[in-house]
Amino acid sequence: MTIDNAAPAGGSILVVGGGISGLTTTLEAAEVGYEVFLVEKNPSLGGRVSQLNQYFPKLCPPTCGLEINYRRLKDSKNIKVFTLAEVEKVEGAPGNYTATIKISPRYVNEHCTCCGECEKVCEGEIDNEYNLGMNKSKAAYLPNNMAFPQRYVLSPSINPEDAKKCAEACKYGAIDLEMEAKIITVNVGAVVWATGWTPYDATKIDNLGFGKYQNVVTNMMLERMAAKNGPTAGKIMRPSDEKAPATIAFAQCAGSRDENHLSYCSYICCMASLKHATYIREQYPDAKITIYYIDLRTPGYKYEKFYKQLKEDKNVFFVKGKVAEVSEASNGNITVVAEDAVTGEKKRETVDMLVLATGMAPSLADNKPQADLKFNAEGFIVNDFEKGGMFGAGCANKPADVVSSNQNATGMALKAIQSLRR
Amino acid sequence: MGNKLGVYICTGCGIGEAIDIEKLSEIPEEELINFKTHSCFCGQEGVDIIKKDVEGGTNAVSIVGCSRRVNFDVFKFDGCVVDRVNIRESVVWPMSREKYPAPTEEEKGKEDFIDPIQMAAEDYLRMSIARLEKVKVPEPYKPDSFSRKILVMGGGVTGMTAALDAAKVGFEVTIVEKGAALGGYAAKLRKQMPVKDPFESLIPTVVDDLVQKVSAEPKITVKTGTVVARIAGQPGEFTVTFKNPGEKIEFDVPFPLPDEMKVDENGKELDNEAQHVKYQEYNKGKKDILTLDPNGELYGAVVLAAGWRPVELKSAELAHLGVGSIPDVVTNDQFEQIAAKGKIVRPSDGKEAKNVVFIQSPGNGSDNDFDYCGSVTSMVSLKQAKYVREDYADGKAYIIYQHMKTPGLQENFYKSMQQDPGVFMTKGEVVGVSQSGKGLLVDAKNTLLGENLQVKADMVVLATGMVPVTVDDPVVNLAYRQGPGFRDNAIYDGYADSNFICFPYETQRTGIYAAGCIRRSMTIEESMEDATGAALKAIQCIESANRGVAVHPRSGDMTFPDFFFQRCTQCKRCTEECPFGALDDDAKGTPKPNPTRCRRCGTCMGACPERIIGFADYNIDSIGSQVKAIKVPSEDDFDEPPLRFICLICENDAYPALDIAGMNRMDIAPEVRFIPVRCLGSVNVIWIKDALAQGMDGVMLLGCKHGDNYQCHFVKGSELASIRMKKIGDALSSLALEPERVAMHEIGIDEYDKLPKIIGEFVEMVDALGPNPFKGF
Repeated sequence: MTIDNAAPAGGSILVVGGGISGLTTTLEAAEVGYEVFLVEKNPSLGGRVSQLNQYFPKLCPPTCGLEINYRRLKDSKNIKVFTLAEVEKVEGAPGNYTATIKISPRYVNEHCTCCGECEKVCEGEIDNEYNLGMNKSKAAYLPNNMAFPQRYVLSPSINPEDAKKCAEACKYGAIDLEMEAKIITVNVGAVVWATGWTPYDATKIDNLGFGKYQNVVTNMMLERMAAKNGPTAGKIMRPSDEKAPATIAFAQCAGSRDENHLSYCSYICCMASLKHATYIREQYPDAKITIYYIDLRTPGYKYEKFYKQLKEDKNVFFVKGKVAEVSEASNGNITVVAEDAVTGEKKRETVDMLVLATGMAPSLADNKPQADLKFNAEGFIVNDFEKGGMFGAGCANKPADVVSSNQNATGMALKAIQSLRR
Repeated sequence: MGNKLGVYICTGCGIGEAIDIEKLSEIPEEELINFKTHSCFCGQEGVDIIKKDVEGGTNAVSIVGCSRRVNFDVFKFDGCVVDRVNIRESVVWPMSREKYPAPTEEEKGKEDFIDPIQMAAEDYLRMSIARLEKVKVPEPYKPDSFSRKILVMGGGVTGMTAALDAAKVGFEVTIVEKGAALGGYAAKLRKQMPVKDPFESLIPTVVDDLVQKVSAEPKITVKTGTVVARIAGQPGEFTVTFKNPGEKIEFDVPFPLPDEMKVDENGKELDNEAQHVKYQEYNKGKKDILTLDPNGELYGAVVLAAGWRPVELKSAELAHLGVGSIPDVVTNDQFEQIAAKGKIVRPSDGKEAKNVVFIQSPGNGSDNDFDYCGSVTSMVSLKQAKYVREDYADGKAYIIYQHMKTPGLQENFYKSMQQDPGVFMTKGEVVGVSQSGKGLLVDAKNTLLGENLQVKADMVVLATGMVPVTVDDPVVNLAYRQGPGFRDNAIYDGYADSNFICFPYETQRTGIYAAGCIRRSMTIEESMEDATGAALKAIQCIESANRGVAVHPRSGDMTFPDFFFQRCTQCKRCTEECPFGALDDDAKGTPKPNPTRCRRCGTCMGACPERIIGFADYNIDSIGSQVKAIKVPSEDDFDEPPLRFICLICENDAYPALDIAGMNRMDIAPEVRFIPVRCLGSVNVIWIKDALAQGMDGVMLLGCKHGDNYQCHFVKGSELASIRMKKIGDALSSLALEPERVAMHEIGIDEYDKLPKIIGEFVEMVDALGPNPFKGF
C-alpha cells in the first residue's frame, strides 16, 4: 500500500461568482486538492445571501456559514480569489479553456488595514448597493462589516477631490488612484458558473404599485430592513414615515408563475414570506399579517414544520388569491385588492405596508457571457453532463433554496473535476 | 518546549497612539524575547522583518496588531506557529482614549495609575507569549492502513449515480444492494418525471441506462442480495462486513447498552467491567465493536443511499378516505405498481379505471399533506394523472390538493399538465370517500369550483409519503461505541439529514454522506444531483484522511487529539460526549481514538476530568497558561483594584461578532480578557477554577446557540458547555463563591450589537457581588 500525498493533478477550475454556491463549489473542489480561481464581480464575496438577515427555516444568520467558508478559504492554499472581476469570455473545449477576466480598479491596494480613515474624510456619498440603495454610503467604503476581503473600495464615481483626501488620509499608502482596469487570462480545465440571481425588477409589475407608492416594498428590501447592518439598523418600518407597521400584506408570486414576467416558480418566496412574518412578529407582537398566495410551496419536512408553526399565529392570515390591484389610500396606506379563490369573494384590504414577494431572475439572463453555454428561455444555464467542461451551479442553473443550491454546487465541483481528468 | 519566540508589535491603525509601546515592549524585553516594532507589519517591509527572523530559526511568532481574521494570508510562515494578538479590534478600537484617558506625564510614573487600555494590551501580549511556549507545530496523523475505495449503500438511482460519478474520477466503488437487482424503487415505475430542461413531459425511467453504465464500468463492483452487517474503523480505513439479508452473523453490529441496564437493582451505576459483562449478554453472539472482522473489506468512505419505503397508512386516522375499507382506494405506490403492469384497472374487479381522483391532502380540517411528503408527491400526482390520460382517450383525472407543490422549474411540468383537458385540478379539502354501487364518491369542500364538490370515480389515489429507511433501522450499522446509527435523527423526522443549511452533507458521522430520499423526499432529478454531491464529499474525505488533515469545518487542520493514557481513569466521558462518536472505549473503559472520525473541536479535551487530552497547538496548558498570564490587580497594588474577568469565546461565531463590535467602535468592558476557543465544548472547567482561584472576579463563556436549531458548528459543543456550567455552580458554592460569577451566553454571529450589553451587564452584576475573596492569595 502506498500513500500518495500529492494533491491530485490535472488542471485547474474556474468558478464564476462568489456567492454561497460559488464558494461551495470552490471550497469543495479545493479541499479535494484542486486549484481553483474564484472570480467575483462585486468588491466582496458573499453574494445574495450576504444580504439576508436570516435563513429559513432555522432562522440563523447566513454570515455564520459565510464566516466558516471564509476561514476555509483562508486556510486553503489552492484558491485564488479575484474580486471586482468579471469573466469576459471563455474559449476552448472541456479540459482546456482560456478565460479572459477583466479586473476593475478598486483604488485600494493590499496595504489597506481597514482602519477607516478614508471613509472619515470622504464627503461624497453613493447609493449603498448592499442595502439595495435604501440608504447612502460614503464613496470610500467597506462593502459590509463581514466583507471578504476585508478591504475598502473607492467607488469609480468618487469625486477627484474626495479621492485625493482619501489618499492623503491613508497612512499606509493603500489608496492608489492610478490603478487601472486589468485583463488577465487563466488556463483551466473546467468552468463552473455560479452567477446566481437578481431580484426581479418589481417596477415591471405595473399593477402592484412598486416605485409608485413608497410603502410598497420588496421582500429583499424587508430583508435589509430586518438586518442590524441594514439601512434601518434592524427596525422594520414603513419607508414613507418610519411608522411601525400594524398591518402588513404580502403579495406572493410578484412576477413569478406569470407568463408576462417569470414563467417559473422562484422556489424561495413562499418560505421567505413565512420567514418575514417571523421577523415582523418578533418586533411587533400584535401586527396583523396577511399573505396572498396561489399555492404555499413549503415542501419537505423542515419547511412543512415551519409553516405549521406559523399557522399557530392567530394574527397571520392566509388567503388563496393573487393580488390583482394595488392603490394608495390616505396616510400612505396601501389598498390591496385580491379575489379569494376559494370563496370567490373580492377582498379589499388597506394595510400599512405591502411586501412584494418578488422572485429570482437568473443574473445571466440579460448578460450572457461569451462562452459555450446553453440557456433555457428564461436564462437559466442548461447543463450538458455528457459534454462536460462547463456547468451552471446553484441559481444560475435553476431557482432553488440555499440547501439545494449547496447540494448542487457540491456536485458541480465533482462534475468539474471529472472534466479535468480525460 | 523549546520554541524560539519572536514578538512583533505593530503600531499602525491607532495602536501606537493609544498604547505606550515602550512600556508594552518591556514584557518581551524582560523575558529576553526578541521583539521588534513597526508602523505596519502587514506591509512588505514588516513581513520581511518577520520572515528574516523565521529563516533565522524563530518558530513561534506573536504578532501584536489586528485580528486573526484579517491579513491571514500575509502572516503565514511555514513551520512556524503564528499567534495573533488582537489589540486592534479587541482593545484599541472598542476602548477609546476619550473614555479612558491616557496617563499624563505626571501620572505615567505612578505605579498605581489605572490605565485599562494599556493593561489590556499588556495582558494580551503576556497571554500570547505564555501560549507560544506551550504549543508545537502540528504534524499530520497517518492511519496504519488506508483505502481509497468508496462503499455505496443502495443500488437505486441515487446509489448508481454516486458510484458512476466517483468512478469517473478514478475511484473504485462497491455498490451494496439488498435487493436481487440494481434499480431500487425507480425500477418499478412505469415512467418518471423529467430530469432535463424543459421539464415538461414524462420520460422512461433512467434506471436501465444507469444499470448499463454501472455494468460497463470496471471500477464498480456490485453486490446484490447483500447488506452491511457492520462498518468498523474510521474514514480511510473502514472495515466493512457484508452479509445476506436476514442472516445472523457474529459481525452483526452490537447495540449500546440501554441506560436502564447500566444500573443495578438499587439504581446504582454499575462499574465498567460489570457493564461490559451486561453489554456482552445483551449482544450475545456478536463480536464487540473493537474486534475487526479479519475477512472484512477495507473502504475509505461511504455514501448512504439506502432510500425509502412507502408509508404504512393508519386506517383509523384515514377512515374517512376509505383507507382499510374500500379496496379501490389505493396509495400512489400501489397505483404505480398497477400502472407499471399495464392499463390502469381497479383492484376490486380488474375493470378499467377511467375516472381517477388523486387526493393530496388528508383533510381533517388542515391543509397539511400526508406525512413524509414533499414536492415529489405533488409531482407524482401529476405524473399518475397523466397515466390515466395515456391509457384512456376518454379518461379523466382529478387532483384535489391544498397546495400544488411544484417549486422552481418543476412548475413547467405542472403547467404542461394544465394544458390537458382531461386533467382537472382544484384546491379543496376532501371530506370523505364512499362506495356507491361499484364506483366511488369523493366529497370535497372549499374548492375552486364551488363550495362543495362531489366527484364520481372508479378509483381514488392517495398521495402518501416516502419514509426514509432510517426510520426503521440504523442501516449504516456503525461499529461505534455511541451506537450504530446516525445520531439525533429524531430532530429530522428520522431522515439521515444534516442540520446545516450551508453544509448539507455534514452530519455527526464523518466519512458517511447520505444522499437521495434517505435525506429528504426528492424527485429522481434531485436525487441524482444529491448523489453527485455526496460522491464529492466521500472523495474529499478520503483525500483529507490521506493527507492527515481534518474535514469540515476545520478543513485542513493537521492537529488531532493526543491522549496521555497512563493517567486515564476510564470515566468514558470523552467517548460519550464526542459529537462525532470518534472514540470507542474498550472493556475497561479506556478510549480508543479514531483520529479520522475526529473534527478537532476539542470536546473530549473539555470533557476530560484528568486533563490528559490535547492538541499540538491547543491544549489544557496552552489556554491554562494564558489564564495564568493575566495580571489580576489586587489591593496590594491599587487602592481600588479594577475587576478582572476572562471570557472564553467561541472562535467561530462569537469571536467574529466581537471583532465586528470592535470595528464599529462599540464600547466593550475593559476588565475582560477574551480567550478564543475552538468550540465551547472544548472548555475544560479547570480553566475556570484556575481563573477564580487566581482571584479573577468572574468567568464568561460566549458560544453558539443550542437546541434543535443549533448553530454550533460542532453540533453539541455549546450544549455540553451549558451542562458543565450548571454543574460548576455547585462546586463554586462549596468554595463560598457565588455561582453567578460564572455565566454562559449564547450569541449569534450577527448579534454583535448585543455584545457590549451582555458583557457590560455581567461585569456590573459581579461588581455588585464584590471582588473575588481569593484575590491576592
